[in-house]
Amino acid sequence: MNVTVTINGTERSADVEPRLLLVDFIRSNLGLTGTHIGCDTTSCGVCTVLLDGTPVKTCTVFAVQANGRSITTVEGLKQNGELSAMQTAFHEEHGLQCGFCTPAMMLVGTALLEENPDPTEDEVRWAISGNLCRCTGYMNIVKAIQAAAQSAKEGASV
Amino acid sequence: MTTTAHKPHTSPEIGGLGHSRKRVEDARFIEGRGNYVDDIELPGMLHMAIHRSPVAHARIISIDTSAAEAVEGVIAVVTGELLAGYNLAWMPTLSNDTQAVLATDKVRFQGQEIAAVIATDPYVAQDAARLIEVEYDELEAIVNPMRALEEDAPVIRDDKEDQETNLVYEWESGDKAATDAAFAAADKIISLETHYPRSHPAPLETCGIIADVDSATGQTTLYMTSQAPHAHRTLFALVAGLPEQNIRIVSPDLGGGFGNKVPIYPGYVVATAASLVIGQPVKWIETRTENLVSTGFARDYYMKGELALSSEGKIVGLRVDMLSDQGAFFSDAQPSKLRAGMFHIVTGSYDYQAAHVTTRGAYTNKAPGGVAYRCSFRVTEASYLIERLVQNAAYEIGMDPAEFRLKNFIQPEQFPYTTPTGFVYDSGDYEAALREAMRIVGYDKIQAEKEQARKEGKLVGVGIASFTEVVGAGHGEDYDIVGLKMFDSAELRVHPTGKAILKLGVKSQGQGHETTFAQIVAEELGIPADDIKVVEGDTDNTPYGLGTYASRSVPVAGAATAVISRKLREKAKKIAAHLLEASEDDLEWETGKFFVKGDPESSVSIQDVAFAAYTNPPPGVEAGLEGVHYYDPPNMTYPFGSYIVVVDVDPATGQWKVRRMVAVDDCGVRINPMIVEGQIHGGLAEGYAMSSMQSITFDEAGNHLASSFMDYLVPTAWETPRFELGETVTPSPHHPIGAKGVGESATVGSPAAYVNAVVDALEHLGVRNFEMPVTADKVWAALETASNG
Repeated sequence: MNVTVTINGTERSADVEPRLLLVDFIRSNLGLTGTHIGCDTTSCGVCTVLLDGTPVKTCTVFAVQANGRSITTVEGLKQNGELSAMQTAFHEEHGLQCGFCTPAMMLVGTALLEENPDPTEDEVRWAISGNLCRCTGYMNIVKAIQAAAQSAKEGASV
Repeated sequence: MTTTAHKPHTSPEIGGLGHSRKRVEDARFIEGRGNYVDDIELPGMLHMAIHRSPVAHARIISIDTSAAEAVEGVIAVVTGELLAGYNLAWMPTLSNDTQAVLATDKVRFQGQEIAAVIATDPYVAQDAARLIEVEYDELEAIVNPMRALEEDAPVIRDDKEDQETNLVYEWESGDKAATDAAFAAADKIISLETHYPRSHPAPLETCGIIADVDSATGQTTLYMTSQAPHAHRTLFALVAGLPEQNIRIVSPDLGGGFGNKVPIYPGYVVATAASLVIGQPVKWIETRTENLVSTGFARDYYMKGELALSSEGKIVGLRVDMLSDQGAFFSDAQPSKLRAGMFHIVTGSYDYQAAHVTTRGAYTNKAPGGVAYRCSFRVTEASYLIERLVQNAAYEIGMDPAEFRLKNFIQPEQFPYTTPTGFVYDSGDYEAALREAMRIVGYDKIQAEKEQARKEGKLVGVGIASFTEVVGAGHGEDYDIVGLKMFDSAELRVHPTGKAILKLGVKSQGQGHETTFAQIVAEELGIPADDIKVVEGDTDNTPYGLGTYASRSVPVAGAATAVISRKLREKAKKIAAHLLEASEDDLEWETGKFFVKGDPESSVSIQDVAFAAYTNPPPGVEAGLEGVHYYDPPNMTYPFGSYIVVVDVDPATGQWKVRRMVAVDDCGVRINPMIVEGQIHGGLAEGYAMSSMQSITFDEAGNHLASSFMDYLVPTAWETPRFELGETVTPSPHHPIGAKGVGESATVGSPAAYVNAVVDALEHLGVRNFEMPVTADKVWAALETASNG
C-alpha cells in the first residue's frame, strides 16, 4: 500500500506492507533514526512523535494509518538552523543522560507547551507520564520543560 | 578531611574539576543524531529473530525447522545442533560456568534460546521463528532456591558431569568463632529474614548486535551494546577461536546499561556465527520481552541477618546467611574469586570486629544473569540488609535510629579501617553525612510531627540509610574477570596545536564521560576542556580496559587519565626548560603554563610546549606529546552517604507516598557537580522503583510474570518522588584526584531508606518488615493484622 506523509515539512511516500508499524516506517523507510524503539506495548514512549501535533506512540500505529497526515519527529524540532527552546533547555538543565528517551520527551514537552504555555510541575509530570526514563529520575526533565516554557514566554520559539 | 563545599581551581574557560560543565554529548542527542546499534544499517544486512522456549524445564525431543525454512526471505535457521558443529553450542559465563547458546538437550528456563532465523527482513524473521516446532518432555520447574536444594529436587544442570545437586557454590567470609563468641556474650540479638527480589535493569535501549564478518579477510566487526568492549573482544577470541587482531568491537551510543550490557548473551554469539557462515552482516535487536525474560536479571537474594548488641547499645557482631537464586546458568558478572560478589561488605558503616557471612547459590529454572544492576557486585543486597537490621535494632532498644547509628559509626580517625570481612575502607566521615541529612530534613521537627500525627490517627514514617559502598574494582591482585586483571587505561595525545584526544578503555552509557574525562585533563594540563575530545567504545581505536560497571570508570580510568596527564606534564617540563633556556629545577607550573621561578614574565604555555614537542624538541628528547597509562588501583574506593525518607501512609488503603527524600552523598571530589547530581537523581529513582513496584516474579510452573513494561512496573514521572540533595566531600586518599565514583550510590543506599520509612510509619504497631516491592496491599494487610490483634 502507498503511504504519503508530510514529515518535518517534507512530503515523503513509500509502498509498504499494511502491517508495517509507523515507527519502522519512520526509522527504516524514511531513515529518521531519532525516533527510538524501547518496548512493543505502548509503555515506554521512546517512539513518540507528533502526529498532526499530538503525541502518539508509533510502535502501536500502522504506517498506513498516518497516510495523508503530518508528522513531527525530533529531527524537525530545529527551525531555520536554530535549536528550539525545548532542545536548548534540555541541554542547559541537564535533562538527558543516555539520550534514548530524549527525543520523545522533548516532543511531548513541545506539545504540552502548545496547549499550556505555563505548566506547573505537576502538569509537566502528568504530561510526560507516558514516557519512561531510566537515567535522570525525571528531576531535570521536568526542570527543562519548565525552563523552555519560561524562555518561550520571553520570546523564544518552542 | 571532610568539607561541605569545594571550589574549582581552574577558570570556567579551562573547565577543570568542580565545574558544572554542560555536556558535550548533548549536541547529537537533542537533534536525534545519537548513533545506537539499531540505527546502524550495513549493505546486505540480514535480520535475526530467536525462537524461545515456552516452558521452564523440559527435555527437548525434537526440533522441526522445516516450516520456518520454507518462508520466503528466510536465509537460514540456526539450531544448537548446527552450532555444536563449530563447538559453539555452549559458551563460558563470566563466573566460570557454562551456558547454552542454543539449547540442545534441555530447556532450563522460559524464554531460553532454542533456534534462530536469519532472514532478509526483520518481520519475516519473526514470522518464521514462530513456525519452529519443538516437542518437549516437561520436567518439574524449580522456581525458588529453597526447593532447588531439597534432596529430591531434579538436577537442572545434568549436562555437567560432577553436578549432582543444584548447589552452585558455597562461600564464606569473616570469623565464625569470634562471631559465635560475640553472640554468646551479647545482650540482645536482632534478626531479620528478607528477600531482595529479582529485578531487571531494563535500560530503555535493549541489547543488540550487528555482526559483520568479512568472508574474504576474516575481519570481524561487531557493533554491539557493550559496557565492556575490550573484555568482550577477548572473550569472543577465546570462545569462537577467532584471531583477536581481526575482531573489532564497536560499542556506539548506549541507551542505558545499568549492568544489563556487561555479559555476553547467546544472541550475540549466534548472530556472529551466522554472519561467519553466511558471509553477510546479521543484525539482532532484542524485543523488550526478550530483554526482560532472558538477559541480565539482578538481585534475588534470600537473606537472614542477625545483629548482636551489647547492653550499652553497641553493635558487637553480625551473622548473615544468604541463599541466592542464580537461575539456570551461573553467570554473575563479578570478580573471579568472589562467589557472592562483594556481599561481605554487609558489615556496613559500623565499628565492630566480629562478623561471619555464609553464602550459597542454587540453580533454578529461571534466566541467568546475576548482573550488578546499577551497583557494585552484590553491594546493594548487603547495604539493604544491614541498614534494615540497624533500624530494627534501634527500635528494639528504644533508641532513635539516627542516634543509634551515630553511636555505632566508624569514626573519622579510624580510617583506613579494616572490616571484619577484610575490606579496607579508605576514608569516611559518616557522622558528618548523617548530620547534614538531618539538618536538611529538619530531623527533630519531623520526628515530633510524626508523633503528633500518630495521635491524630495519621501515619508518618521516617527512614534512614547510612550506607557504605565499595566500588572501583579493583586491584589486579585480588580482582579479575575470567583472569583479566581489573585495571583500566587512558591514552592521551596532545597535538601540535595544543588540542588533545583522550582515548579510554571504559564506555559511557549516559554517564557523560566525553564531558567529565576532558575536565580531568583540563585540571592537570590546563588545556581547556573544550579542546579535548574523548573517544571510547571502539577496540581498534582505544587502549585495553575492562569497561564501565560497578562505578569503576572514575576510580580506575579516571585515575589513569590523571596519571597520564601528569606524565605528559613531566615531559612538557623538559620541553619548557629547553624553550625558556632554563633548568627544569628552576621551573614552576601554574595551570596551563610553566614559568621561571621569580620571573613570571618568562613563561611558556602548554600550547607552546605542545607545538615545540613536534617542531622543536630538545636534543635527546623523543618528539611528540602523547602516552598511555594502565592504572592498577591500590585499593577500592568507598563512597558513602546518608539518606532520609519521610513517607505518609494512608491508613485506609495502605498506600504510601514519599513526602521528602533527602540524599547526602560523599563521593569524594566531584569532577562535575551537575553530572554527579544527575546520577544521584537517577539512582534514587531506581531505588524507589525497587522498593515500591519493580520486581520479576514467576508462577509455580516457571512462567515469567513480568515480561513486558505492562507487568514490570517502572516508575514514571508521576510516581517518582522529588529529591533534595546535599553533599559532604571526603577525598579518597589513594585516588590521584580524590574521586570515588558515584553512579550507583543512590541505587545501593536508597531502597533501605524507603522501606525503613514505611516500616517506621507502622513501627508502633509492632511492624518490623515489609518485603520489597512494598505495595499498598502489603501495608494494608499489616494494618489489618494490627487492628485485629
